[in-house]
Amino acid sequence: MSDLFITVGVLVLFFYVWYVWLGDILAGAQQDAAGVSLSETWEETTEQVVEYDRDSGSSEGAMQSRKPPVVASPREGAAFATMMVPRFGTNYVRTIAESVDLKKVLNDPSTGIGHYSSTTPLGAVGNFALAGHRTTFGAPFGQIDKLRVGDRIYVETQKGWYVYRFRNIEFVWPTQSDVLSDVPRETIVAKDRILTMTSCHPKTSTAERVIAYSVFESFVPRKSGAPAEVAEMRAES
Amino acid sequence: MYSALWRVLPGPRWLKILVLVVLVIAVLAVCVEWLFPWIAENFIQQESTVQQ
Repeated sequence: MSDLFITVGVLVLFFYVWYVWLGDILAGAQQDAAGVSLSETWEETTEQVVEYDRDSGSSEGAMQSRKPPVVASPREGAAFATMMVPRFGTNYVRTIAESVDLKKVLNDPSTGIGHYSSTTPLGAVGNFALAGHRTTFGAPFGQIDKLRVGDRIYVETQKGWYVYRFRNIEFVWPTQSDVLSDVPRETIVAKDRILTMTSCHPKTSTAERVIAYSVFESFVPRKSGAPAEVAEMRAES
Repeated sequence: MYSALWRVLPGPRWLKILVLVVLVIAVLAVCVEWLFPWIAENFIQQESTVQQ
């Protein structure tokens, strides 16, 4: 009988190792592979363009910064975009699907990031809000606290790349849903395109939420070529 | 439990060890693939969304 208890004890320890470390590596790799295969269904481009830079105002970027196409609400659970965040690593390619349902999207090894259907569609003026796990199920937003001001975040669709720049992070209670407003935490009319990422905080807890805001900077149409940083990530991974 | 298992396994010592290693790997694989995700999904609260 005693060896049975020891076995159960070892398995509980193994579960903990899986929960905080091994599981995210396995499920994360699965989600990255799913993101890459979704990207591969879109037309491949070998051209490269330098991203628009608001600090230098490069002329090449001026061509890209026109109004981006709006992705009209996809059906629930449908994967419609991928997200690349160089700060999260060169292999980081995660799928964005419609709805923040746990079973259909957030816990699914083939997706991981969910779009709050109640918020603005991708590309429109307002707040394109996303949710993702901080730990377990591939932890798509596990490194959300590593973002630095000005970090680029790429959202890729069939039409091209939406380039966002990370702006700030804040910590709120789970009930503070005004982070999803068109202008987060405000009731004024939106002029900008905001990308909001929500996840749990502290890590492995559900007591609070961590919210990361990014601002839309430019759109790179697929026919003009991939943004330089994206092409670099793909070459490295 | 394990002494009974050892007696039941056929063959020489090295074969018994080989079978046990395969069994351990199989049990861990079942845990990682099905059991642990099921526990995490059903018994551990995971919320990354704000209330809508």
